[in-house]
Amino acid sequence: MALLTYAQAINRTLAEEMRRDEKVFVMGEDVEKLGGVFGCTRDLYKEFGTDRVRNTPISESAFVGAALGAACAGMRPVAELMYWDFAFVCADQLFNQVAKTRYVFGGNAKIPLVIRSQQGTGRGNAATHSQSVESIFVHMPGLKVVCPSTAEDAAGLLRTAIRDDNPVCFFEHKALYLSKGEVPDDPEFAIPFGKARIRREGSDVTIVANLLYVNKALEAAEILEKEGISAEVIDPRTLVPFDYDTVINSVKKTGRIVIAHEAHRNNGWSTEVASRVCEQAFRYLDASPICLGAKACPLPFNLGLEQAVIPSVDEIVAACRKTLYKD
Amino acid sequence: MIKKETALWIYRKMNEIRDFEETAWTLFTQNKLRGSVHLYTGEEAIAAGVCSQLSDEDYITSTHRGHGHCIAKGASLDRALAELMGKATGYCKGRSGSMHIADFKKGNLGANAIVGGGIPIAVGGGLAIQMQKRKNVSVSFFGDGASNQGTFHESINLAAVWKLPVIFICENNQFGLTVPTWQSTSVENIADRAKGYGIAGEVVDGNDAVAVYEAFERAKKRALAGEGPTLLECKTYRWRGHWTGDPEVYRSREEVEDWKTNRDPIKLFAEYIKKNKLASAATLKKIQDEAAAEMAKAVEFAENSPQPDPAHVTDDVFFEG
Repeated sequence: MALLTYAQAINRTLAEEMRRDEKVFVMGEDVEKLGGVFGCTRDLYKEFGTDRVRNTPISESAFVGAALGAACAGMRPVAELMYWDFAFVCADQLFNQVAKTRYVFGGNAKIPLVIRSQQGTGRGNAATHSQSVESIFVHMPGLKVVCPSTAEDAAGLLRTAIRDDNPVCFFEHKALYLSKGEVPDDPEFAIPFGKARIRREGSDVTIVANLLYVNKALEAAEILEKEGISAEVIDPRTLVPFDYDTVINSVKKTGRIVIAHEAHRNNGWSTEVASRVCEQAFRYLDASPICLGAKACPLPFNLGLEQAVIPSVDEIVAACRKTLYKD
Repeated sequence: MIKKETALWIYRKMNEIRDFEETAWTLFTQNKLRGSVHLYTGEEAIAAGVCSQLSDEDYITSTHRGHGHCIAKGASLDRALAELMGKATGYCKGRSGSMHIADFKKGNLGANAIVGGGIPIAVGGGLAIQMQKRKNVSVSFFGDGASNQGTFHESINLAAVWKLPVIFICENNQFGLTVPTWQSTSVENIADRAKGYGIAGEVVDGNDAVAVYEAFERAKKRALAGEGPTLLECKTYRWRGHWTGDPEVYRSREEVEDWKTNRDPIKLFAEYIKKNKLASAATLKKIQDEAAAEMAKAVEFAENSPQPDPAHVTDDVFFEG
């Protein structure tokens, strides 16, 4: 095991996979000497050269489309967008091309393509650099959607993403990059997609959360414990595919569920989870599921305003109390 | 001079494409085809002239007007028509129809129903070729309308910066749906834009298969020599409307008839073949008849092919390996 930051875990996994398979390469804005604005590709060019660690022009449509073409032609690109917000610049390539190519061509294409980027609040980047947009990707068939919340998960899930023969959208959270955790040294360490992780066991209420909100859910669980409420915290880790079994089994035990994310609440992925829980475990529910997400409002710059848009730990706590009729 | 064998291959493909497109038109009017169908009739010299110099290891990306590229890149008429008819035996199992038709196994990275959508994908094909150190090229076919999309600019710049073996072929058929090119495009020749990217640009008569062949030969040579991409503009004209339901209010009957009578690429190429004694009139007639017979068989195959099974509608969204 090694104690690594989330960013170091990504960096090390990229290096290990590039060493293992010469078809794997990295392309994106400022990925070479700078190592990406958050350092995830730092120094990779020194070992692998600028042929396999390619700075691109600020042309998201061109390099995401080129990554798709290269994947169809036998390479395994890892394309880095600087911010997930910039996905909208190349929305056609992502949603009409990358997501649909295998299906429309009758299953004849294999697309081993990873598109990585980071998202979320915490650095005062304002409306077009602080959004959490994964729900949009979950909505679109043909893309796998991965959201690691720890250094270990970042390493294990990225390895699975790079080895997958499908397009994988890999969502990192900018506020997690410096968080540290133990990561196995095994260069084969991989976490399968569609396997949620129960981060904390509990019996009264289930909290499902992703990315930074896993930490917030764990904080909420600590507070609830002091009130005699036992919360189970589940990190789905991948949203496509989604491990409904683990969530449903937890709800069968607790009878209550709160789903929290930084992505916007309206039609966010939490609402789909709540809907499935109602369909599959309605008779086990003792209260209505509660979804928490950012307000239907762009992310403002000012720290106080920014925090006012996204759900707080206190709101998660209050939602859990509400499911227990203790509000 | 084009070699005899190549010339006859081009002539055959042009006839196959013409037959395919006109058959598709007939089937559409008989209500046997549905959806958006954009016909390539009148532009055959470009796909045939270019693809005569490509192998299965070379890539193309194509457009909503993509049947011609698909056939010239090696697709058989029967499975291509079956795809247009949405049949299970079609190249894409009936999921793509006209606008996404492709035989992936022949190096066709796809027809693309988004104008300009395929251009970056062709750049990716070129990137893979360069990284794999192969002696191949990647060709992006697109229309005059796509030259005003951001992907055109981004892709050519990227391919130029990385000196990729990509050849950008603009099929300028003079209308973006109904809008004439002069009304939408800042330059008279789209290939003039090559200068802005520091790459080679050339304008040719897209109805002259020989001119297309020779210009592409030069572009391919540059690409293989590591000199980077070329923007090749082929001026042409589509005989049919933008799509099968186009009322064609934006051009005159006389204009269309003039192109059909005086600028038919198949007739022009037949004259070249005869003039240079590459083949006799009888040989050309035989090729035409063979193409027509193959087309007739394709219709029979497609009409008799089964519908895809809705039980498998969600197969292939992901590769399950």
